[in-house]
Amino acid sequence: MRYLPLTDADRSSMLATIGVDSVDALFRDVPDHARLPGKIASLPDHKGELEVERHLSRLAAKNVTASSVPFFVGAGAYKHHVPASVDQILLRGEFLTSYTPYQPEVTQGTLQYLFEFQTQVALLTGMDVANASMYDGATGTAEAVLMAARVNKRNKVILSGGLHPHYREVVETTCGVMGMDIRAQAPDWKNAEDLAALLDAETACVVVQTPSLFGHLRDFTALCDAAHAKGVMVIVVVTEVVSLGLLPSPGSMGADIVVCEGQSIGNGLNFGGPYVGLFATRDKYVRQMPGRLCGQTVDADGKRGFVLTLSTREQHIRREKATSNICTNSGLCALAFTIHLSLLGEQGLVSLARINHANAVTLADKLSTVKGVSVVNDGFFNEFTVKLPKKAAKVASKLAAKDILAGVPVSRLYPDVEGLDDLLLIAATEINSVEDMDALVRGLEEVL
Amino acid sequence: MAMNNQGRDSTPHSVSVTGEVVTFTGNKALQQEEALIFELDNPGAVGVDLPEPVTTKTRLGGLSPRVGVGLPQLAEPDVVRHYTRLSQKNFAIDTTMYPLGSCTMKHNPRLNEKMARLPGFSDIHPMQPVETVQGALELIDQLAHWLKTLTGMPAVAMSPGAGAHGELCGLMAIHAALDARGESHRRRVLVPESAHGTNPATAAFCGFTVDTIPAEENGRVSVEAVKAKLGDDVACIMLTNPNTCGLFEPQIREIADAVHAAGGYFYCDGANYNAIVGRVRPADLGVDAMHINLHKTFSTPHGGGGPGSGPVVLSDALAPFAPLPFVVHGKDGFDLIEHTKDAGKAQPFGRLKGFHGQMGMFVRALAYILSHGADGLRQVSSDAVLNANYILASLKDVMSASFEGPCMHEALFDDRFLKGTGVTPLDFAKAMIDEGYHPMTMYFPLVVHGALLIEPTETESKRTLDQFIGTMRHLAEKAKAGDLAHFQAAPRLTPRKRLDETQAARKPVLRWVKPALVIPAAQAAE
Repeated sequence: MRYLPLTDADRSSMLATIGVDSVDALFRDVPDHARLPGKIASLPDHKGELEVERHLSRLAAKNVTASSVPFFVGAGAYKHHVPASVDQILLRGEFLTSYTPYQPEVTQGTLQYLFEFQTQVALLTGMDVANASMYDGATGTAEAVLMAARVNKRNKVILSGGLHPHYREVVETTCGVMGMDIRAQAPDWKNAEDLAALLDAETACVVVQTPSLFGHLRDFTALCDAAHAKGVMVIVVVTEVVSLGLLPSPGSMGADIVVCEGQSIGNGLNFGGPYVGLFATRDKYVRQMPGRLCGQTVDADGKRGFVLTLSTREQHIRREKATSNICTNSGLCALAFTIHLSLLGEQGLVSLARINHANAVTLADKLSTVKGVSVVNDGFFNEFTVKLPKKAAKVASKLAAKDILAGVPVSRLYPDVEGLDDLLLIAATEINSVEDMDALVRGLEEVL
Repeated sequence: MAMNNQGRDSTPHSVSVTGEVVTFTGNKALQQEEALIFELDNPGAVGVDLPEPVTTKTRLGGLSPRVGVGLPQLAEPDVVRHYTRLSQKNFAIDTTMYPLGSCTMKHNPRLNEKMARLPGFSDIHPMQPVETVQGALELIDQLAHWLKTLTGMPAVAMSPGAGAHGELCGLMAIHAALDARGESHRRRVLVPESAHGTNPATAAFCGFTVDTIPAEENGRVSVEAVKAKLGDDVACIMLTNPNTCGLFEPQIREIADAVHAAGGYFYCDGANYNAIVGRVRPADLGVDAMHINLHKTFSTPHGGGGPGSGPVVLSDALAPFAPLPFVVHGKDGFDLIEHTKDAGKAQPFGRLKGFHGQMGMFVRALAYILSHGADGLRQVSSDAVLNANYILASLKDVMSASFEGPCMHEALFDDRFLKGTGVTPLDFAKAMIDEGYHPMTMYFPLVVHGALLIEPTETESKRTLDQFIGTMRHLAEKAKAGDLAHFQAAPRLTPRKRLDETQAARKPVLRWVKPALVIPAAQAAE
């Protein structure tokens, strides 16, 4: 078996060294009733590379890939072009097959990129500090809510109706079990909610998203001011991190914690994971942060180096008093993010954001010409909501049958809410050509 | 002086490797000093070529475009060199034995990477219509089938993103099951003192209180100690098996039965499943929930700290409470249940992750599983346990083994063999680095003093093990011979010597900041 280097001769000689006559003897603590006498017969035996590759390739071939069709699906995960060098570097064994950098002298590579990652995230979000990543944006949001409650010792949470419903559900699940009072607002597809009016002295935090699920943009400065006047923390969620190349940073609006889904930079769609949660806050809250932190220090010769730090917040030291139970995070996805952002640089990120926006503006204009279709949004980044004259789920399904993946029907996210059946979320990124857009327009004209 | 046949001096005259070599650049041949990416800023350089936007028209709803982020500019060659140089500062499984106990650092087959990069898996969106992702759902279903069959459990929740996230999933299912039974007063969780830190942290994260069970002299948990803690307020026990001392819990079935009889559930931490895969089914031990670290047992790469994946197998009692979303066999193929209203009789406790789970890890794990098959997976645990026992048997005369063997997949030593030498486990570990090994896990588990936990895994050859054993014997003897200075100065051959962790924590510097323009004092005074 190709991954197992021991030969039968090795095994015999090793058993002799140990002083037992069979491997079974090493399992003597296993109760008799629980010992399987041999391999599990209902499962197949080992396969060569070629067979495995054929098996999995057959499964892969049953899926419609984003690159193969006009593709406008977003709602929290976005198709972007990732430069070839990103993946080539990820495949370096020194990064791929290394563990969490607990021995800093032999993991300066990982530690330095984490330090760079933290700096990039802080710059993008306009915040002071960032951690070394969370599982994804949704789990990061739940952690942010728990952190806010630790900071101000309050229990009520206001969730904007513009927050992605999956994020809302993860907050409800994770924070609900802790007994937090979670007030989720109705889906705000018209960008009309007034959150400042809901804040009071019991409110731990308010969670908003920009661009919102429906693509709307808002200046949260006034909300942050109103919240801070009442001791409420503001958590700003960004599910499309490329938008931060064009839109004002959440930090500049006064956010206390910023959580982003970082997938858009460096990471493929991967059917939903692995992704990378970005988590940033103000200096004064750093000791309440969840997750790993990399910090700068010096070695015995006085040379600059990096270590994991402030670990007295973490589970392996603090056990039940830790700020979070998180251990493994999204290290390699953070590396992908860091390399891609380094390739983009200041100029590339701004250009990429502008191209995304320009494509979305162009597509919105084109769709507005289709009879019965209207764009709901006033402002947006690279995704917006359209109102259709028919049920969006049926329309999307018919377009999928024509090999056009048109977007996400809002009813898939809100099956229990009336009046949203005719709304479709449509995203346009740099991957969409004018031909793709025209194909969507033609497709819509045919199925409506 | 030795000469070669051209009469050239063939004696190496370079300074001994332990001597300090000072070069003009600070580089030492393959060891390159590397600045932060921000310090390599080359204004005007670009690392991507992008077209002009198709329109300059904007619709930002009244917001002003952002001015400046503060990122550096570099061309692609400089970015590639930067990260490649950084990679060369890491130990990794590909370059060295990495016997980090409890972490299962086994070979990461590259076939898995190739398969995960098939566009049919990597280039599909989680919210595409289900009819366009049938192959992806089928893959999840196939992996679920393997995990259920290997563990003997009836159900599996696939979405947790890592081991600790899996623990959260299991405890939330227990929480929900207790609520459904009308026994919400059960809020105490029993956790042995040898447990991973994530266990008590997860229990607390779910609003449970943690009650610690002391370990026995022999490193095991006894059924009497568990029974002494049981009561009608106990929600569950969280037990790692094989445990963190590398031992199988012989009374595990009795413990499970006692917990069940008292109305509680049995959560098994499956971090050490590699020791028993294909040989023992957790269902036969009375387990109600167990997470499986796909990044340990099933070889998905650790990636410097993630991403991982932590599916949780569940008993019949807990299965109805598994989180959303999950895959089912529908009438037109596979379907994805994303909402409670579509879940039939199930009562999902909620949602744990943004989308459906770590698909990229599922592909890798299934590639690994298919490559091994039922016969190979049984050989995996056999060889993992054999390798660990070989190390235990070969070192117990010079290092102090904490418990009598046999062990399972990892061999636990403590610092008694260093007594009187002045060498600490940390010093010993750092000396291993100079010898080209990543150290074992140190100071964990907490139940022995100065723990040194060695997990070789099944993918190390006998030749590698013999060299490792030789090195460890050499170091142990060197410590006993009184060469304290050798250990205290280690590591000497790494890009950085020991780092000052106290300073890092006392005055945290967690990001790069552009240096302020420094005006020389004389000039400022003018």
